Amino acid sequence: METFEKLQILGDSAKYDAACTSSGVDRKNTGDGLGNSASCGICHSFAADGRCISLLKVLMTNYCIYDCKYCINRKSNDVPRARFEPRELAEIVINFYKRNYIEGLFLSSGIIKNPDYTCEQMIETLSIIRHEYKFNGYIHAKAIPGADPELLSRLGTLADRMSVNIELPSEQSLQKLAPDKSKRSILLPMHQIQTKIRENSTELVRYKTAPKFAPAGQSTQMIIGATPDTDFQILRLSEALYNKFSLKRVFYSAYIPVGDEKLLPSKDTKPPLLREHRLYQADWLLRFYGFRAEELLDEKHQQFNPLLDPKSNWAVQHPEHFPLEVNRAPYEMLLRVPGIGVKSAGRIVAARRNCTLDFAALKKLGVVLKRAQYFLLCNGRRPDGLIVNENTIATHLMSDSTVKQLSAEGVYFNDEPEQLSFFDQQPTLEDMQKCLTGQM
Amino acid sequence: MSDGTNVIYRYDGSFEGLLTCIFTAFERKEFPDDITCAEEEQLSFSETREILTDNEKAERVKKSLREKVHPDEVNGIRRCWLSCREGREILILKYISKALYHGKKVHTMLADDTVNEMFRVVRNHSNESNFFREFLRFSEHNGVLVSVIEPENFVLPYIASHYCDRLKNESFFIFDKTHGYALVYSCGRREIIPVEDFAPPPPDETETEYRRMWKAFYNTVAIKERYNPKCRMTHMPKRYWKHLTEFEDEYRLPKSFAEATRYREVDEKSKTYLEIRWQ
Repeated sequence: METFEKLQILGDSAKYDAACTSSGVDRKNTGDGLGNSASCGICHSFAADGRCISLLKVLMTNYCIYDCKYCINRKSNDVPRARFEPRELAEIVINFYKRNYIEGLFLSSGIIKNPDYTCEQMIETLSIIRHEYKFNGYIHAKAIPGADPELLSRLGTLADRMSVNIELPSEQSLQKLAPDKSKRSILLPMHQIQTKIRENSTELVRYKTAPKFAPAGQSTQMIIGATPDTDFQILRLSEALYNKFSLKRVFYSAYIPVGDEKLLPSKDTKPPLLREHRLYQADWLLRFYGFRAEELLDEKHQQFNPLLDPKSNWAVQHPEHFPLEVNRAPYEMLLRVPGIGVKSAGRIVAARRNCTLDFAALKKLGVVLKRAQYFLLCNGRRPDGLIVNENTIATHLMSDSTVKQLSAEGVYFNDEPEQLSFFDQQPTLEDMQKCLTGQM
Repeated sequence: MSDGTNVIYRYDGSFEGLLTCIFTAFERKEFPDDITCAEEEQLSFSETREILTDNEKAERVKKSLREKVHPDEVNGIRRCWLSCREGREILILKYISKALYHGKKVHTMLADDTVNEMFRVVRNHSNESNFFREFLRFSEHNGVLVSVIEPENFVLPYIASHYCDRLKNESFFIFDKTHGYALVYSCGRREIIPVEDFAPPPPDETETEYRRMWKAFYNTVAIKERYNPKCRMTHMPKRYWKHLTEFEDEYRLPKSFAEATRYREVDEKSKTYLEIRWQ
């Protein structure tokens, strides 16, 4: 088979992996080498689905001895199969990299023969790239569950980031859909990687030349919407993964039907993209905004509000914290205001040392006033003429696309912010607001 | 500084020249209507004053910026000068007078119009420099990696060290079509030189094969159930698509006979260019 064809087949089977980041490690080129890495990560292109292409994302092979129901490469699925020779793949990587197409390699694999053999094949490829071509770019390697820990640690010294996919958010779902995998078989390699990274950091203190083990940390991914697990369960799982396994990232991947399997959603189900989006929003709130999973969802509210992003939703339900005085509020609270992000919160804190901020100044600092104005006071005052009605705030916080969609469904909206006016504003749909504020 | 002096400063187009203008403005306590390096005589009621570049004066401006504001202040101002903003010279003058008055505090005065504008221009420039670490493609011709870019800001000096480190043991040539300059790197030596026009020679067999593979990979990796062209455009604005390998089939075919002829002429010129540089 031609290399071109293999690349098509193996790129196609790897595309459902969400991780394509090249961040987390800063490395200069060596004297006789090729490439370097920037810790901010570099995306080289964006595919037609809007996802970034940073790494050459391929499988070593899509032959597989397992039969996981949700996976396109399962044994029982009738798809064209291919397998890269280690050297063949190494050459593609080097030539793509030189042309600035990619930032490095994302290597995963179906399981051929057994996990150990598969892992050895990956190690061989990475050794050629790292040692023969002296490549200093980014490599993300998938740990193969069930492979010998010794092999895993060799893979880790060649890669920058490692990942083990948790696949499904609960043990029951795993049992049902991936009979060959168990929670243990997934968490074990994750734990091994974590221990290795920790050991390595103490080794590095002692010997500067100790080989680095996965310096960009580890990540994981789970499939959303293939099983009945709720957003709350998923978010709590992510939180635990960040805290207990010190993961760098958890990726969520909306389930795209891959076959007519009785246990799975039918083939014409649309991928739950909005749900995936809400999970990513919440994920950011966990990592950068100081939120905890229990604040965003709880036993009673297990799913995210499809109409409002998690942060706005939280703010609407906690009117006791607002409005905030911009010129005095602590940084942690500023971060919780819809329309203020990490950057603008930092700028507010810096700028208010020099002068008292008003709403015009906030706009210059990059605050999205359209959303933030309902929660802020500047110098003890609301924006001129703005009437804040706690019941209607939610409708003003919805994204334009949500409003458009709802209007199309016949829900009337007054999406202009309310201003003092001689004429009465038309009332918005009251039930709607009650729904949003959680009164109903 | 007194205003309404009705004077325009003209400098030689160098950064030091601009700093000399700024020194002069401070020295004479006047605020020029404009600072320009345009050759042609401008139709205006203002008197034009030629400012001769004086490295000593420029160095004094740099020194006070370094000492009174921030050790890296000159770099930000240089970025602004290399940006595509109209009237950047006057903006720089306004900013420097504020910066020298307020000292390092100026960095937190983001609510001030001048400081905010400066911040935006610098951010725009550094964003675009980052874009050209991402959206730049090389093609290999006789062992030389060749690339053409069309940035709005002059970013070559700011992407140079990235590529020089990354491709340390290669030779490459990045042509900035907007500004008519090229970054040339070979055997550890780098240079930014003026280049009139340039088009990469037609690809050879290996190059064609890698382009074909890349395009195939690019098209394969998109999940069709998630098709979202708007999202792609947000992350990768269309003005950067023109010189990307993955879109070459849409952009590189000449649209008319005249265009094809022009391409050929440029091709001839480029070939001699590559020969001179690399043989």
